[in-house]
Amino acid sequence: MKVHISATGIHMEADTSTPETAVPSSVPQPKDDFQEELVIRPLHSGDIYASFQFRTLWETDFMRGNKVSHYRLFPKSLGQVISKFSVRELHISFTQGYWRTMQWGQPFLPSPPGAELWVWFQDSVTDVDGTWKELTNVLSGIFCASLNFIDSTNTVQPSASFKPLGIGNVTDHSFLRYATLPREIVCTENLTPWKKLLPCGSKAGLAVLLKSEKLFHSSFHSQAVHIRPVCQDWQCKTTSWELRQTLNVVFDLHTPGQGKREWSLFKMFSRTLTEACPLASSSKIYIDITDNPQGEQFEVSPATPLLSQAMVLGDRRTFSVYDLTQQITFGTVRSLNLLIRWKSRDMLRPLLHGERYVAGYGLQTGEIHTLMYNNHPYRSFPVLLLDSVPWYLRLYIHTLTVASKGKDNKPSYIHYQPSKDRVRPHLLEMLVQLPPNSVTEVTVQFERALLKWTEYTPDPNHGFYVGSSVISSLVPSIVAMDTNSTREQPLFSSFFPCKEESSYFVRVYTEPLLVNLPTPDFSMPYNVICLTCTVVAVGYGSLYNLLTRSFQIDEPSPGLAKRIANIIRKMRGVPPL
Amino acid sequence: MGLLSDPNRRRALISLLTRLNAPICVVCYMAGVAWFMGLAFEPFTLRTYMSENAMGSTMVEERFPAGERALATGREFSAHKKKVGGMPVDWLVKTMQARGLEVFTQRFSRTLPFPDENKERYLVKGTNVYGILRAPRAPRTEALVLSAPCTPGDNNNQAVGLLLGLAQYFRNQVYWAKDIIFLVNEHDLIGMQAWLEGYHHTNTTGMDWSPLQGRGGSIQAALSLELSSDVITSLDLVLEGLNGQLPNLDLANLFYAFCQKIGVLCTIQGKLQRNDWDSVSGYSHSVQTMMLMVMKQASGRPWGDHGLFLRYHIEAATIKGINSFRQYKSDTTTIGRLLEGMYRKLNNLLERLHQSYFFYLMPSLSHFVSIGYYMPAFGLLAVILLLRALDLWVQLATPPPRTEDGVADTDTLIKSAPSQMSSPGVLSVLTPLVISHLTGVEVAVEHFPVSETEAVVLTAIAIYTAGLALPHNTHRLLSGEGTEQGWKVLKLVAVLYLAVLLGCTALINFSLGFILALTLVPVAAFVTPHVPKILSAFILVILSPACTLLFSVFFFQELQEMPVSFIDGWMLFLSVISQGILDHSLYGSLVYPLIALLVYPCWLLFWNILFWK
Repeated sequence: MKVHISATGIHMEADTSTPETAVPSSVPQPKDDFQEELVIRPLHSGDIYASFQFRTLWETDFMRGNKVSHYRLFPKSLGQVISKFSVRELHISFTQGYWRTMQWGQPFLPSPPGAELWVWFQDSVTDVDGTWKELTNVLSGIFCASLNFIDSTNTVQPSASFKPLGIGNVTDHSFLRYATLPREIVCTENLTPWKKLLPCGSKAGLAVLLKSEKLFHSSFHSQAVHIRPVCQDWQCKTTSWELRQTLNVVFDLHTPGQGKREWSLFKMFSRTLTEACPLASSSKIYIDITDNPQGEQFEVSPATPLLSQAMVLGDRRTFSVYDLTQQITFGTVRSLNLLIRWKSRDMLRPLLHGERYVAGYGLQTGEIHTLMYNNHPYRSFPVLLLDSVPWYLRLYIHTLTVASKGKDNKPSYIHYQPSKDRVRPHLLEMLVQLPPNSVTEVTVQFERALLKWTEYTPDPNHGFYVGSSVISSLVPSIVAMDTNSTREQPLFSSFFPCKEESSYFVRVYTEPLLVNLPTPDFSMPYNVICLTCTVVAVGYGSLYNLLTRSFQIDEPSPGLAKRIANIIRKMRGVPPL
Repeated sequence: MGLLSDPNRRRALISLLTRLNAPICVVCYMAGVAWFMGLAFEPFTLRTYMSENAMGSTMVEERFPAGERALATGREFSAHKKKVGGMPVDWLVKTMQARGLEVFTQRFSRTLPFPDENKERYLVKGTNVYGILRAPRAPRTEALVLSAPCTPGDNNNQAVGLLLGLAQYFRNQVYWAKDIIFLVNEHDLIGMQAWLEGYHHTNTTGMDWSPLQGRGGSIQAALSLELSSDVITSLDLVLEGLNGQLPNLDLANLFYAFCQKIGVLCTIQGKLQRNDWDSVSGYSHSVQTMMLMVMKQASGRPWGDHGLFLRYHIEAATIKGINSFRQYKSDTTTIGRLLEGMYRKLNNLLERLHQSYFFYLMPSLSHFVSIGYYMPAFGLLAVILLLRALDLWVQLATPPPRTEDGVADTDTLIKSAPSQMSSPGVLSVLTPLVISHLTGVEVAVEHFPVSETEAVVLTAIAIYTAGLALPHNTHRLLSGEGTEQGWKVLKLVAVLYLAVLLGCTALINFSLGFILALTLVPVAAFVTPHVPKILSAFILVILSPACTLLFSVFFFQELQEMPVSFIDGWMLFLSVISQGILDHSLYGSLVYPLIALLVYPCWLLFWNILFWK
């Protein structure tokens, strides 16, 4: 069997493999490069997690004076966006569903339900807010999403939670904008433009599997685009732009078949693979078999002798690798249909996870509770909590409490920006130390505002959404992490740059909240107008009359005959009647 | 209003109202009662209709197949329940997990203020088990609840079985847009209260509960299931919740629509619907149904586990399976299909149920009386109080005619002038008011060092009775002999006080307000110090809040076609009082404090007026 090994940091354990070194060194290095990758991980809950990553690297400079006009692999629409709006980093994700950390563990790339967009602008941008507004509208068109609903009332500038992931250590967060739309519904119309950004489209390679009828028949669906500048080499002499398109999907094992828990590429995606994307320099499928060293949990067919280990999320995982650029992978039927058969399942406890809910009843006040769990048995670690709450929930910041294990836990850093009605949301960021094996509860009370009647959504009784809180943390790692970001690693393990060996970066999103605001009965205005007018006209008018006037009994005016008689008497000089 | 700005006509109107006051009051009272009785007459009521578009026009297909398996699960549950001697927590957790739910438990404990003899409990400790079916691709913002109480003995096993069966079936469906929470609560209402308080992290009643680990966002609707037999003849819908709150009428409409569609007999208040509205028996049937609803609502207690959801603005109802001797039976599969249909429609909801009525009475499941129709009945009773107040005001404002001997001393004249009347009257009015309310507080304060239920109840009754003797004696000690003006001022205050009190009560809980108005308004209207003492005192006692309650107990039993003897009725009366106190301290029901703190003192004022001299 022939196996392809490029200059990688992956440790191959396959005895039968023979290195083939011809590919990367002999061909002159193209300035752009495309890789595709699919990771399949059987989850503890018995569900199956498939994560696609497509990476385009391009050694170019969008910010140069002369416009970049020749595009090969990099999508032109995004390139133009970068240069027009002087974007340094752009991260956008569309998610349908909530990542169940307690059942599924940590995802390779976290994202909150709905749409999330955060952008670092170049420091040459003068009017950041204006550029941001334009950018959201352009992205709205590119991704067929309602990103144009991002305005100042849901945009914040986090001071610490969202650091640039690429090169450059900008710390001035006035160039950062962050917004979420928790209500955004993600569907086929967002998937199609996303697929069009790929060099092979959905014609060849792994993207063949992305069929919406199956992707949206799952427990969780998330697609994202990340653009950032990265180093090409260890010394960072040259930089290039990285475009990462990721798509994460969790298939519910329980739904279709009852009894037999069995999955294959065909069952998941209703397609099998026949070739790699011809433009891709690497095209691989990884299957996480860490929990299955002896094959007692499940078995994979066709079996591959190719194994790889990677450090991901603080853990050393073992993967079976299928290299699609090798014809041998497809076997005799010229199509690859991976098959996984389960044997058993159990539950797990992730080191860090969070949840959030609204407490209380009635439509006047309420309380937001955010729970952060540190399940590490003996290590405590700090987390950054970011809360962005719309202005119509008026936070009483003096009621903010942070408590772990029943004791007050004073945050070491708090950044709070109060809201302005109809202008900007509340922003609350704080750095909290989570004691080992504990639950930390952050509570803050709020009052529900009464909106103007045109400000209600068309379905006001549905409630109003509050976006997820973001918990970012460096979690203690079980194994030493690899800090060299330029070394070639599987794509899924190299997204968040790793600065130290003993910990790894995790971002956890809590549930969004659905909060009911006091809602008038909208059929009422008519009744109210009628009633008010009547009350004012009849009631108030007459009551005012009664109160301000004094009434006296008048002599009744004399009748006509009497008046005529009086005139005659006057003429006669006789006193009137 | 033009009428009032003309002094002549104003005078004429006022003199008409004062001259004909008594007859007008009598007519209003009769009209109020007649209006109320007319509400049950079918041509005067509206047919129910689905207001919510999201549930009305969408079609759903019910396919739940596994009724038999659900019954088997129910039997298994019952066996484990017997083995454990309570809630089989471990078995439930395992079974729910096997059905693919996220399962959590909640422990709670509560010491009752005094032993509850009806349910034989004092120190309550229990565990709720609930499993959440996560909707695919939903962000955990909305949830629906299906609950079944785990009751001791052989009751309700089928409900738990069906709940688990539905959980299994629902888990395999792809169309869920809201999380579905399957809850098995122990110790019925106490467990439910603990769960709801835990879910919303509130603590209104001082219960101990462990915090919940899993949530599904804001709960949109809930159904509670009570089912104790393998087959049923009919399904009964229970709507009345805490403090007389009712769920949105669309929930009842949904139930009715599915009963019609699937062909299950459905009842409300345990009464089948009849078609012969034009016959006397048909009319009396719907009067009975409506009166049962009125009595239940007036009691202010939750009549099923759903009752506690309403506080949290969650539309909820209890569905009870009834197995009687009729031939026509429905099996568990059918009930499962009915529930499946209801949940699918609730799943389709885009907004909370809000389109239909929240204030209504139901003379049958297919007809309802909305607030606009029943309020006039109460209004006619309340207007009597205003007329009497007007009469008193006029009497106080106009100087007494000098008919006695023409030497009406200037003192009384000055006193009777409205501007100066208040100064001597303050003490004579304030004293009885304060004393009555103190007596009320005495009744309301929970005398719980006594640990026997009957002792508690009898203490309350004793204080209540003692209150009858108290005020009219003390006030004489404090402010001397009552004057003619004094009682009129007091009565004016008392009548207006009663009007406000009843008005507010009727807005929150129409039934309670109406029943109280029915008995208290005649008292307020006729009582003066000049009526024959013994007879009036007797009538006053008969129409006092406690006796109203006693009659209501008998009347309720009569309506349920379970008449009781006087002794049993008395025992029932005592237990109703103890339940009222318990409902107040366990779930925050407001009826007992309302009666003790406000209605009873108000009635004492009238008692006071009777014994003014």
